[in-house]
Amino acid sequence: MLIVSGLYKTFNAGTVNQKEALKNLSLHVEKGDFVTVIGGNGAGKSTLLNCIAGVYPPDQGCIIIDGTNVTRLPEHKRAPVMGRVFQDPMMGTASDMGIEENLALAYRRGQRRGLKWGITSRERELYRTLLKTLDLGLEDRLSTKVGLLSGGQRQALTLLMAVLKKPKLLLLDEHTAALDPKTAEKVLVLTDHLVKEYDLTTLMVTHNMRDAIRHGNRLIMMHDGRIILDIKGEEKKKLTVEALINRFGRASGEDFAFDRALLS
Amino acid sequence: MVQILSGAVSLGLLWAVMTIGVYITYRILNIADLTVEGSITMGASIAAITMLNGTDPYVSLFLALLGGMAAGLATGLLITRFKIPPLLSGILTMIALYSINLRIMGTSNLSLLKKKDFSEMNTVYTPFESLGLDRNEAAIVVGLLVVATLVAILYWFFGTEIGCAIRATGNNPNMVRAQGINTDTTVILGLVLSNGLVAISGGLIAQSQRFADIQMGTGSIVIGLASVIIGEVLFGKNGFLRRLISLALGAVTYRVIIALVLKMGMPANDLKLFTAITVAAALALPVFKEYLITLKKSARAGE
Repeated sequence: MLIVSGLYKTFNAGTVNQKEALKNLSLHVEKGDFVTVIGGNGAGKSTLLNCIAGVYPPDQGCIIIDGTNVTRLPEHKRAPVMGRVFQDPMMGTASDMGIEENLALAYRRGQRRGLKWGITSRERELYRTLLKTLDLGLEDRLSTKVGLLSGGQRQALTLLMAVLKKPKLLLLDEHTAALDPKTAEKVLVLTDHLVKEYDLTTLMVTHNMRDAIRHGNRLIMMHDGRIILDIKGEEKKKLTVEALINRFGRASGEDFAFDRALLS
Repeated sequence: MVQILSGAVSLGLLWAVMTIGVYITYRILNIADLTVEGSITMGASIAAITMLNGTDPYVSLFLALLGGMAAGLATGLLITRFKIPPLLSGILTMIALYSINLRIMGTSNLSLLKKKDFSEMNTVYTPFESLGLDRNEAAIVVGLLVVATLVAILYWFFGTEIGCAIRATGNNPNMVRAQGINTDTTVILGLVLSNGLVAISGGLIAQSQRFADIQMGTGSIVIGLASVIIGEVLFGKNGFLRRLISLALGAVTYRVIIALVLKMGMPANDLKLFTAITVAAALALPVFKEYLITLKKSARAGE
């Protein structure tokens, strides 16, 4: 489904702030895989997701989604095949617009937009049914401005918008990092549910080892712009935080104390 | 006094068209677009020169619209294709338009009088004047018709798929791109629409005052912003239709205020200073409010 090969990305090349975010990164994701991506700050997790989404063009390498080479496509042209949820709950929605208007924008992803009404009454019924499954009471507040919702409600809505068109790829960039633990848990449960229901190929970046282990069927760990661990299948199911930390230490060959605090 | 008021109301309605244009960029796209200073003059210039060359007054307004749209397109391309900051892009087009407008008119001031007998030319107001209305009344009727039509069209347009995409762009361009919309296109569309309206406004004003002048756009962005803000403060901003109507009311209120201040004896030369201070104060209002709230809180804590 997703083939990333030989990806390089350097920020601020030639300045004192030069940062090699991705170094010859390759990744092959099968259809239906739910991959959790873990790593410390600056490991390149978000850069990888942003390169796949087309936010920045990579310096080298190529990205193929379902047989189509998208490496040089701008962000909005890739959007039809992917759903995205961001770390910042403000990022995924238009705050001055209503819940239904936001859903309607997502519902037309990949379609030509013309002078037809931006939202129809038939869609409204669909949105109401879908919002009901979130169990947040949003189904009765269709015209409420999204800016008035809490961070958790916004992320749940963004998730729904991301999966609404059954994308080939779901990209979650630390989408629970800005939420309190209880809300984060709820959003993660919802994520699992939606991924299963829509049978989505998913990449989920997270800071949290436990979440990375508990969710998905495959775990990759990034360090310094590379993938240093790739654990799948039975091995992934048996994985514990301790084991993961030990393997990280061996794989990266670096002192672990600092990153350990960050990851757990 | 009645004469002064009807003059203010008619002028306000003609400027309301421009205010709606400013609202599209300033509030919907979240861009302070200075192009309008040039495109309002451009609308006046195009209307004046084409009418002097025998064009029908309605057609001349249409040509003004096209000119304004081209100006908006220029600014839009500077912002999106060349990544020049919006404020600077607007200034660049505005400055360029100064020369272009002089070229269009061939001079810095054009009067809409017939050369041979110095009688006034036919304008879009003439049919209503021939019904027995005076100049201001005719302008009020035309202004109301134009504003009502535009409010209806824009209310529809911003409810369509494209309109929704433009509204979302000013809100959160990242989200809009993630939904597969090219934000370059939506920004350009908004600017084209806005400056087209501003140019129509310029054309209507030129036909009403029966001249076009190269200086008439100076400070117009501030007048537009003042009208937008007055409209929001006095008439509310709940619901899109209400907002659109409040823009027209804001533009009229602004003109009435100006007429009253002038009547009370303020020198006309101080007008722009007065407007600038009003807008600055209105924009600073949230800061004052916050300051007052913290002041109250600390006072309460001190008790």
